[in-house]
Amino acid sequence: MISVGLFNYWACMVLMMIGLYTAIARPNLVKKLIGLSIFQVSVFLLYITVGKVSGGTAPILGEGIEAYSNPLPHVLILTAIVVGIATLSLGLALVVRIGEAYDTIEEDEIIERDIVND
Amino acid sequence: MIDMHLPILLIVVPLVSAPLCVLLRQKTLVWAFASLVCVASLGLASMLLIRVLEEGVISYAIGGWIAPWGIEYRVDTINAYVLLLVSIIAAVLMFFALPSVVDEVSGKQHYLFYTAYLLCLTGLMGIAITGDAFNVFVFLEISSLSSYTLIAMGRDRRALTASYQYLIMGTLGATFIVIGIGLMYMMTGTLNMFDLSQRLPPMFETRTAMVAFAFLTVGMLIKLAMFPLHMWLPNAYCYAPSLVTAFLAATATKVSIYVFLRFTFTVWGAEFVFEKLNLDIFLIPLSLIGIYVTSLSAIYQTNIKRLLAYSSVAQIGYMMLGIGFVSVTGLTGGIVHLFNHALMKAALFLAAGCVVLRLGSSNLADWKGLGRRMPVTMAAFVLAGLSLIGVPLTVGFISKWYLILAALEAGWWPIALLALLSSLLAVVYVWRVVEVAYFQKADDDSKIKEAPLMMQISMWGLTGATLYFGIQTDLTVNVAQRAAGLLIGVTP
Repeated sequence: MISVGLFNYWACMVLMMIGLYTAIARPNLVKKLIGLSIFQVSVFLLYITVGKVSGGTAPILGEGIEAYSNPLPHVLILTAIVVGIATLSLGLALVVRIGEAYDTIEEDEIIERDIVND
Repeated sequence: MIDMHLPILLIVVPLVSAPLCVLLRQKTLVWAFASLVCVASLGLASMLLIRVLEEGVISYAIGGWIAPWGIEYRVDTINAYVLLLVSIIAAVLMFFALPSVVDEVSGKQHYLFYTAYLLCLTGLMGIAITGDAFNVFVFLEISSLSSYTLIAMGRDRRALTASYQYLIMGTLGATFIVIGIGLMYMMTGTLNMFDLSQRLPPMFETRTAMVAFAFLTVGMLIKLAMFPLHMWLPNAYCYAPSLVTAFLAATATKVSIYVFLRFTFTVWGAEFVFEKLNLDIFLIPLSLIGIYVTSLSAIYQTNIKRLLAYSSVAQIGYMMLGIGFVSVTGLTGGIVHLFNHALMKAALFLAAGCVVLRLGSSNLADWKGLGRRMPVTMAAFVLAGLSLIGVPLTVGFISKWYLILAALEAGWWPIALLALLSSLLAVVYVWRVVEVAYFQKADDDSKIKEAPLMMQISMWGLTGATLYFGIQTDLTVNVAQRAAGLLIGVTP
């Protein structure tokens, strides 16, 4: 039963590790960014899960409702989502520029071309 | 009126000015406007420091929402000091900016450059001023995102990959910090730093608290480029435009160190971090190894900007070493070095920038005979370089003095000896530049025109400051001592 209750946390950790691994190990720059996004999204999930109160409903005042989920993490994550989008778009813009400058977006090939140039 | 709203003005002024730069567009106009904003920030930051020194901690509730519910800006001696440092550097660099940016950034991007510059300034000041843990993350991302763009504006195409690499590492670091903050919030239900420091102690035994601390610390160590998490730094500093390199080297890592101080000492408390978790037995060896390894790497660099970047990582090692001593003297050393290193490294990068402007290269091989070809610039380089080594009468000596004093105070004379010996490595890498510039003959020994006066003002202003604060230590050391006392004293 406990493991079911912690399902979200497990999912969050699995996603986090997938994201982290992809961001570090993948040589393709776009895939790295995808990994980074997955990593960030897993943190959103963590925050949202933290905000859940068992038996609580959405935090909208209503008659006969006693328990509400905590809305603060949702608000924090709205901010974090904006930051995530900004990071991703900046990252993709950089990849476009790198692609123009190097004709490749594979990390190993980029390193090769820089060495040839030196 | 201004007095009451000083803390928020410091953030709002550059933040609102940044988009205005986009509207202005015209090169010189944007520059003049951005300079005005930087000078205004400097004024506000100095007023704030004076007030803090007179009245003690200033708390400002944004929008009238009282902490811990609302976001609080909390200014005490240490962050007033950091704010002043950031705004001084930002203002002084603006003189340098006009000719340097014209040379290194393509004309169409000038207004965007200054927009990003002001946003970066906003972010850095925001990190330093806020008393809310989540707010730290938001400002951290504002400053990081704008610094990625600033770095990517470098001429070399490798600036793009450097910026990308920094983006990946920086975002990982920032996300680690958010995870830490999220777990802290989970345990305590608060995000206000002061409130956290009250509510965390009962949670210290829990695994969640440990994990939160671990994530937070690793995230911060990535951000402040602690060895071995510094891999993003050398490339980013090497290929960014000279102005950006000087600005980031002097402020970005310093502000991250402030965040580290704030979280470890104020929020978690020295007792938990250093007595229970013994972070110091991990911090001190790592700092020392970092100092040696990165100084050695600096010796073998063929590019001056890269050499200076590696030396930056080594100097961060000294600051972390000071923090690792967990004594008032050690912290004083660390905090003073934070200020002093910002001055000297900015001066060195500016000198390199002046050469890049005239020579178009920061390769060591091209610097042959530069001592005769550009004597004024090289003189500044050598003077600031002496600071880096820690020669008496320069600021570098003051910081090393306190660090070694702290090591002896703790009875760790081998560490004092190691820190002292590591200065020899700095001698070697500074000497390499001096040797090439003064003792090797250039193929073309003609004089090169010195950099424009505007750039000289910035460079000599900072070089002068490294000498001035090396002799007149009252201001820097006193403030650092008060800040150190405050950090240690907060936790009984």
